[in-house]
Amino acid sequence: MPDYDVIVVGGGTVGMSIAYGLERLGKKTAVFDQGDDAIRAAVGNFGLVWVQGKGIGSPEYADWTRRSAELWEQYGKELQEQSGIDIAYSRSGGFHFCLSDEELESRTSQMSQLAEESEGDFSYEMLDRHSLLERLPAIGPEVKGASYSPLDGHVNPLLLLRALHVAFKSKGGDLLVESVLDITFDDSVFTVSSTSYVKTATQVVLAAGLGSEKLAPKLGLTTPLYPQRGQILVTEKTAPFLDYPTSLIRQTGDGSVLLGDSHEDVGFDTGTSSGVMHDIAQRACDIFPYLEKLRIVRAWGALRIMSPDGLPIYDQSTQYPGAFTATCHSGVTLSAAHALDFASFIREGELPFSLEKFSERRFYVH
Amino acid sequence: MFTKVTSGEVQTITIQFEGETLVVRKGLNVAAALLEAGVKQFRETPVSGQARTPFCMMGVCFDCLLIIDGMHNQQSCMIEVAEGMKIERQLGMATIEFNASAEQGL
Repeated sequence: MPDYDVIVVGGGTVGMSIAYGLERLGKKTAVFDQGDDAIRAAVGNFGLVWVQGKGIGSPEYADWTRRSAELWEQYGKELQEQSGIDIAYSRSGGFHFCLSDEELESRTSQMSQLAEESEGDFSYEMLDRHSLLERLPAIGPEVKGASYSPLDGHVNPLLLLRALHVAFKSKGGDLLVESVLDITFDDSVFTVSSTSYVKTATQVVLAAGLGSEKLAPKLGLTTPLYPQRGQILVTEKTAPFLDYPTSLIRQTGDGSVLLGDSHEDVGFDTGTSSGVMHDIAQRACDIFPYLEKLRIVRAWGALRIMSPDGLPIYDQSTQYPGAFTATCHSGVTLSAAHALDFASFIREGELPFSLEKFSERRFYVH
Repeated sequence: MFTKVTSGEVQTITIQFEGETLVVRKGLNVAAALLEAGVKQFRETPVSGQARTPFCMMGVCFDCLLIIDGMHNQQSCMIEVAEGMKIERQLGMATIEFNASAEQGL
């Protein structure tokens, strides 16, 4: 008998969501995790559970994202009960601001394309400056309008990760904090080894973020990925003033204001740079001028886990059918779908046709 | 409670504390100037509402936080008094207030 039904490689938000989902279904599960020195998107995340704007030109991704956002309400409650941790999840709808007529025009056409492609399942509103002022009177004179979707929400990503760890362990899951060195397959059993552990399982799920690409060939997979840096600024805490998450600014349950949404290709550098921080702060103050009264107390860079086309990768090895790979840059938004849906696909032993478009075979050179 | 250490001629400036005009010595930090003027309570904590007064006077304890010229969370022991400065107690959480008429030009 193997030690486990499933071994998940990677203890970030994606790996822990799948592992929690598997334990929830009664699968005996272990997670190998590199530990807190890992380059971990899960601890640098902005914390949006975000739908609007995702999956333009890819209806499957838009569907999957909406599906997860729907599941989140129930999932968030369950996770809180299971872990005893308040993960500060709320879904009040979110805004994306446009600061020029060109931005507003482009956003309007993107949202309309998304609504068309989702056959009415994506609900949103485009707001001009006048109607936006009625909802958010504090916007600055530069703001031309915004898109709003009631499907958007936010959560504390650090507490989410913590809650997943606690809930996973409370269901009987084992967390093994060591880097995986090798994975082998023999006689229908995978053997996963690190410096001091050698564990066996019937199935393996690779969810090691940017580390997946290196391990994938051991499972007959490729999982091509690259890092994309985002920088985040955090202000001193202030009394609640913003009831909605937005794509650039959100106030946490603790009162801090997070500012972010930059995209840079700088390899594995998790640092910050004054130019990007300036631009983020400037845009935030253009949106809500009174933010300039708050001091910045922290800033960091974190690396998104990007596939060549930006969409998630879900696949099953043809060489070793018990081996799966799962990676995406929206681990928080997709956490509910990973825990509730993806885990059940692993239990079934096969990915459904609805995830076919996310196969890494789309990157193979023909 | 406090003894002034001075030599030579003392210059003074005028500040406002909670709407009251105070004449204080030039060159002092805000916390020292207020203590010298007899102010005992500075902030109230956001968590329990307890009253606080400066403790460390060197920028680490954050018990001297005040609202100075409209800015919350100012460490008053690290800021020098200036002519006309308007100072208020910070009671509870820091806030940023939106003033519609001022900011939208209405």
